[in-house]
Amino acid sequence: MSLCLLALLVAAVSGVPGLFLRRQGGEAAAGLLGLAAVLGLTAALPVLAGGTGGTLLLRTAALGSPGLLALDPLAAFFSIPVLLLSFCGGLYSLGYWEGHRGHTPILRLVYGLLTASLLMLVMASHALTFLLAWEGMALAAFVLVMAEDREPETRRAGWIYLAATHTGTLLLFAAFALLAKVQGHSAFAALPAGLAATRGGTALFALFLLGFGFKTGVLPLHFWLPPAHAAAPSHVSALMSGVLLKMGILGIVRFLSWVPDPPPWWGGTLVALGALSGILGVAFALGQHDLKRLLAYHSIENIGIILLGLGLGTLGKATGHPAMQTLGYAGALLHVVNHSLFKGLLFLSAGSVLRATGTRDLERLGGLGRTMPWTSAAFLAGSWAICGLPPLNGFVSEWLIYLGAFRGLGLPLGLGRQTWPLVILVSLALIGALALACFAKAFGAVFLGLPRTRTVAQAAEAPRTMLLPMGLLALACLAIGAAPALFAPALGRVADSMGGSLGGGEALRALVPLRMLTWAAVILGLLALLLGRWLRLVPQGRDLPTWDCGYAAADARMQYTASSFADGLTRGLRWALRPVAHLPRIAGWFPRLARYESHVPDPVLDRTASPALQLIVRSAGLLRVAQGGALPVYLLYVLLTLLALLVWMVA
Amino acid sequence: MLQFLLHGLTVLLLPPLLPGLIAKTKALMAGRQGPPVLQLYYDLAKLARKQAVFSRTTTWVFLAGPVGGVAAGLVASCLVPFGHTPAPVSFEGDVILFAYLFGLARFLTILSALDTGSSFEGMGAAREATFSALAEPALFLGFAALAKATSSLSLSTMLAFPGSLTARFTGPLILILAGWVIVYLAENSRIPVDDPNTHLELTMIHEVMVLDHSGRPFALVLYGASLKLLVLGTLILTPALPRAPHAWQNWLAFYAALAGLAVAVGVVESSMARFRMTKVPQFLVAGVLATAFAFLLMLV
Repeated sequence: MSLCLLALLVAAVSGVPGLFLRRQGGEAAAGLLGLAAVLGLTAALPVLAGGTGGTLLLRTAALGSPGLLALDPLAAFFSIPVLLLSFCGGLYSLGYWEGHRGHTPILRLVYGLLTASLLMLVMASHALTFLLAWEGMALAAFVLVMAEDREPETRRAGWIYLAATHTGTLLLFAAFALLAKVQGHSAFAALPAGLAATRGGTALFALFLLGFGFKTGVLPLHFWLPPAHAAAPSHVSALMSGVLLKMGILGIVRFLSWVPDPPPWWGGTLVALGALSGILGVAFALGQHDLKRLLAYHSIENIGIILLGLGLGTLGKATGHPAMQTLGYAGALLHVVNHSLFKGLLFLSAGSVLRATGTRDLERLGGLGRTMPWTSAAFLAGSWAICGLPPLNGFVSEWLIYLGAFRGLGLPLGLGRQTWPLVILVSLALIGALALACFAKAFGAVFLGLPRTRTVAQAAEAPRTMLLPMGLLALACLAIGAAPALFAPALGRVADSMGGSLGGGEALRALVPLRMLTWAAVILGLLALLLGRWLRLVPQGRDLPTWDCGYAAADARMQYTASSFADGLTRGLRWALRPVAHLPRIAGWFPRLARYESHVPDPVLDRTASPALQLIVRSAGLLRVAQGGALPVYLLYVLLTLLALLVWMVA
Repeated sequence: MLQFLLHGLTVLLLPPLLPGLIAKTKALMAGRQGPPVLQLYYDLAKLARKQAVFSRTTTWVFLAGPVGGVAAGLVASCLVPFGHTPAPVSFEGDVILFAYLFGLARFLTILSALDTGSSFEGMGAAREATFSALAEPALFLGFAALAKATSSLSLSTMLAFPGSLTARFTGPLILILAGWVIVYLAENSRIPVDDPNTHLELTMIHEVMVLDHSGRPFALVLYGASLKLLVLGTLILTPALPRAPHAWQNWLAFYAALAGLAVAVGVVESSMARFRMTKVPQFLVAGVLATAFAFLLMLV
């Protein structure tokens, strides 16, 4: 515990040396973040390995028994992505941000503070520390999103983010106040049995779900997410998507772990929200042209998958089926870590594309696989993992959820609830297939084929400080994917802290033959090596044009674009996406140069929230008539109000 | 042990026979003599000796498609039972690994098509991605229904349950198989979803994605496609086959059924035309609906 606190402090001050050093402030910050990661992991891993690792701290009589901060299995589990990703981001920023863009010392300082508040948040065991850290995280992230505040797009994204996160926080204040009223204290502790079925329990569930939902970006509360992730510097996007969103999940998970007897409809609600976010998230991602916005919509999709797992686990807990509960929760929790690994990897490699080419527009990129082989390999590894393809880590967590859902099919849950496992299965299958299409589109448009502009053709590979963190994350993805049995005991222990009764990681290992995945990975790798070797044994003709049905002068403009690639699917999903196209009018025999443009606006932000807010602002403008600024008129208002009150009192 | 050996040999040697059977059936129905049944073996042998040609646009991803397709197909083939002979490897949840291995093969094939920078191959890749998104739910709904009926998550027990013997499951089973036949035709790019024989690149899905492959990589592509024909075929055949008392009878029944499936695909290809591209999604949705109804029937 003290190690973890030390890690928190080190992370918090990681930006301070940079304020005084003229050079190497970034190196100092990255070094301190690395030190924090080492310290934090040394503290967290024993807890995951089954030790108690010092759980209580800062206990005072006034605050109740669990104290302010505690390093329980959940905290240790969630601290891993925090530590790993913040270190990777710090290292990455050396090549990505340092030296050629503004506000560097401030950004470093705030980046360290964000890491510290995230660490504090995962360890918080009292409403006070939780909300303090929550607010610290929200504000630090706001400053980081606004890093390039010269761009109007960035300013807009930042303000939308700030408004959304504070709305969520307001709901959380209400939720924690209600919790304190029910419990009599504000420390995190198990709720009494029977509470969940009451009206108070329902209100708590709704408030927590909404409040944390704003942070996780579950549909339809996701609207702040795509612009903020697109506008933030890439290492910050990686941290936001990989870790910040997960803090909402952490909140939901903590709340669920307090409730001994959740009603089944809670599980159903989570599953429904998960299916909605998952399917629509990936559908909207298919419609994007902006690489980082596309990745942001995929975060919504993955949050959907996590919610599907949480819903399954809750369903199992509610109906008393421990296998379903363990598989659902374990799958969801593993997906939390997995998503932060591969989404961090994807955002970092997208950042290195952005740095090399200066654009995020998929229609202007292309052919980077030749000039940036390492970045391309990193992005491919991330895509591979996020599509849930074996043998990388995305498959393992989805597999656990699938197994839980399949088991749920065979259980006597009652006719109405029987459909939830099926909903999970079908949504996961559909999400998987759509994600595959979307990442084939993204990877193909950015890294394969011919470069579409001259700047892209001259792009150079990222420096080593940027490649190293990407390699680290890719290796982590492979490790979890190829040897999941190693991580099963820790995962089982964390899943058990959700109020299970199965008894540790042994139960999880008995439920799923994780070892078989290792065999599959090994055989797959060996076969691929063998076949690749066999291909190289014959002479090869290189440096020839693409066949292209006999047309030898095909150029970059004739390639299939990302939009055309996704067109079949976006057309099929028109009812949800409502794409807007600006068609050129072609008239006459020699039509003039025309321009075609299409994009998919966000349904909540661009179609609902923005118009609604504009309407409010406009109607507020009507009140300006009464605000003339003349003192006598205001005095008249006071007089009239007093008169009205007098009449009301007499009557 | 002998069973495993036979399984391995079947996987390695038998697949190229199936396209040959289909082609022969089509030729005979059209009144032609057609190429020999073993034509694909000759083709593979020839391609393995030939020089491979690579476009200057391509990177190593170009080879990942053929290699990944065959590697994933071979691993998946270890998980399916051939008729009522159990699979060499079976464990709880191998169904999902099976389905996702084919996803992996598809992902890599699409990427290797996009690697050439050709718009034709881009079109094929886009169609493959689009149509498989519709085929996937049908496959999983079928799995869900079978898992519900057998309370098992392993292909060997799920598929080999004697569905035709218990009256209660006959109806759902027919629906599942009907849905899966649609998936089978779509995943293997056969008529009415795709026409493997046309030379107008614009009309195709799978064939157009591999226009630039030649030599050994193309041999892998062809072998991978025929392997898919075999492995996905067992999904349809196994539940439909009656269980025999002796192992050799089971093997015989399986081979006979496999040949029958190839002939049936040939008959379908001779007797109907390819759908317009816009009709294909409706066809696939029919598959999804069939399997969804099967699941509903299992519930009652």
